[in-house]
Amino acid sequence: MMAEIGVYALCWALIVALLAVTIPSLGIWLNKPAWQRVIDRCIYAQSVCVACAFLCLAGCFLRNDFTVVYVLANASVALPWYYKLCAVWGGHEGSMLLWIAILSFWMVVVCITSRSLAPEIRIRVLIILAGLSVGFLLFLLVTSNPFSRQFVWLNTQGRDLNPLLQDPGFLFHPPILYMGYVGFAVAFAFAIATLCLGRFEPSWAKWMRPWTLAAWCCLTLGITLGSWWAYRELGWGGWWFWDPVENASLMPWLVGTALLHALMVVDKKTQLLSWTILLAIMAFSLSLVGTFLVRSGVLTSVHAFAVDPLRGAAILLFLTLVIGGSLALFAWRSQTVAQSMQVRPISKESALLLNNVFLVVMMLTVLLGTLYPLCIDGLGLGKLSVGAPYFNTMMVGLAIPFLFLMGLGLNVRWQTDNLWRVLQSLAWNMIISVIAPLCILLRFSNQLRITAYLGLVLSMWVLTTTLMILWRRLTRVPKKPLSGAFCGMLSAHLGVAVTVIGIAISTGYGKESTVIMRPNDHVHLAGFRVQLQSIQTIQGPNYHGIRAQFKVIWHKHQAMVYPEKRIYEVGQIPMSESAIDVTPFRDVYIALGEPFEQNAWSVRMYYKPFVRWIWVGGIAMFLGGLLALFDRRYYRKSGS
Amino acid sequence: MKLKISYCLPLGVFLALSLFFWRGLSLNPQHLPSSLIGHPLPVFNLPILGEDNSQHFTPNALRGHVSVLVVWASWCDACKQEQIFLFELARQGVMLYGLNYKDDPQTALDWLNDWGNPYRLIGQDRQGRVAMDLGVYGAPETYLIDANGYIRYRHPGILTASIWHKEFLPRMSVL
Repeated sequence: MMAEIGVYALCWALIVALLAVTIPSLGIWLNKPAWQRVIDRCIYAQSVCVACAFLCLAGCFLRNDFTVVYVLANASVALPWYYKLCAVWGGHEGSMLLWIAILSFWMVVVCITSRSLAPEIRIRVLIILAGLSVGFLLFLLVTSNPFSRQFVWLNTQGRDLNPLLQDPGFLFHPPILYMGYVGFAVAFAFAIATLCLGRFEPSWAKWMRPWTLAAWCCLTLGITLGSWWAYRELGWGGWWFWDPVENASLMPWLVGTALLHALMVVDKKTQLLSWTILLAIMAFSLSLVGTFLVRSGVLTSVHAFAVDPLRGAAILLFLTLVIGGSLALFAWRSQTVAQSMQVRPISKESALLLNNVFLVVMMLTVLLGTLYPLCIDGLGLGKLSVGAPYFNTMMVGLAIPFLFLMGLGLNVRWQTDNLWRVLQSLAWNMIISVIAPLCILLRFSNQLRITAYLGLVLSMWVLTTTLMILWRRLTRVPKKPLSGAFCGMLSAHLGVAVTVIGIAISTGYGKESTVIMRPNDHVHLAGFRVQLQSIQTIQGPNYHGIRAQFKVIWHKHQAMVYPEKRIYEVGQIPMSESAIDVTPFRDVYIALGEPFEQNAWSVRMYYKPFVRWIWVGGIAMFLGGLLALFDRRYYRKSGS
Repeated sequence: MKLKISYCLPLGVFLALSLFFWRGLSLNPQHLPSSLIGHPLPVFNLPILGEDNSQHFTPNALRGHVSVLVVWASWCDACKQEQIFLFELARQGVMLYGLNYKDDPQTALDWLNDWGNPYRLIGQDRQGRVAMDLGVYGAPETYLIDANGYIRYRHPGILTASIWHKEFLPRMSVL
């Protein structure tokens, strides 16, 4: 019964969304304001229906309703209830339902908070969002119905959720990430609405910034969580693999960061408007392209959902209509909306523009690497894969000038400035950035790794220039309290510096060792003594296996860690649960490999100094966005 | 209103990309063709399974006629599934040769006792070095080799009638 209610709720949501698109559009065309006001109620109704469908699917999982094919494929009777709830978004159909649920949520929030916005732009934004819902709901109901049924009497436990996903990280990572992807739809809708309307009021930029910030925050947190989760879960001590799905989340993030910075210029000076509109279109388009890439079987990836070319064709059609349509609209209408750019060569505007250029080039680099195998195969030139060496080399090469520019750009004045003056004011920063890392590295280690040194120089540069901005602000205008946006900027930029430190040191000075150990053996790794104390068998709710007890000793510090090797009953899939001894300045990471005779096991050990700083930096960026989000200047009544 | 070329650039790039996406839907990224296709068999000299050490299995044994080389092992579960079809091929007169991959000779002989022997000759590749030269990445795999000893096709996985008809027969008819 629940499945029926769920599918009917989705059908109603589709009908209501269609009404939300057609009636107000006719209202605009025929100039009937009453028809335009219908959209609010339609959006509320749509979100109630979608919420109902989502709750029904969750209910089916909790009740082990194996007549629903999706539940059968993604859960088992013995799966703990919290993982059953996560399993709702464990497969393709459920995760598309999550997409739509989050889109409906964003639509309701936009609806409620945009009452003070000019009606002609508000109605178009809402119609476009409703149009996107129509597309997704159609796709869901026609090709990926989560409630499709099977009526064979099976004596089965269910196929079980993939063991890699049975982890607390899975509770947070997909919803937060989707909040980010879908959140860029608001900026997208705004950009398209502006193009349709044919004009742009300066106050609208202020309105658009919180939405972009919120989506960017969610995406930042989602990517950080995903990287941390991969590190914990996959057992190889790596935290970024340049997998197509990871790239699919990084690309909208890069463009989103560019959009945030471009909106600053639009807000302050109403310049760079058509470029900003293009960025908003690109950010959401990349979210859509990412969705296509991982669900169509076009690329191989560890993340990819089950391959189905029919779905791929349907998503591609949707993609072509939405992205092709919006880019065509951009080509046709953007000159009507925007004036020409008048940016002086040395100014904050040009620094921000250069920031955008670098970020977009980084995004194109990642896009090229991700799509290159597909293009080469498509041209019949053979099969090849593009991996970490390409991405690492290109991104590091682009990051070096980018980070240098970050420090410079913060200190350049609006309108026009003198480069020599800027460099002079930053002379001490340059000296400290070059000397301090040298002293630090030589004090704590007996060798100087050049790549780590370079990373530290650049992060010191960003650190000192950002702190200098704070110092100037505090000393020149002491009485005025620091605004949310300013604190947010500080936190986010410092976060970047912290992440670069984490990457530089953990890559440059990390150590690894693979040994065979028996109980009471010990090995030495980077000054640590690691001892295998005991091995016991364990039984979990839907798995059995062994748990090893390791003792990690360094001077007076002692810690016990418990890596496990599990076999999940349903698929007989073995999984390694790694154990990490965590302190703020280093991780010792231990994972079990294969068993040998006489109770011996192969053990992989990693010494990872400063690796936590990577994610601490990501959280700092997220907090920075959050602080900026609560700056009251965005929420004052819009004047002219 | 005039249409500036630079504003149309994003649309152009996207349309080109979507063409590749469309094309990509009909491709299979998991399908890996062998890099040895069109090249001669690598040189090898292996003891023959089941006989004394007087004769050896070399590429010369495959000269002068179209041959099919099957990589198999007793530990390979899937190899059992293609045995029936291999017998069918042997009955039709196809020249089948076996490469016993990373296997113990006695266990392999016992396996052949249970499951039958459709091969004219079987080479023992105990360490898998010849398989490595061939680019084998699992068992079973089937290679089509022409009369001059050049590799024409490689099928990874179980050999079935439909794959034989679709991939091997058309190539054999032109050899």
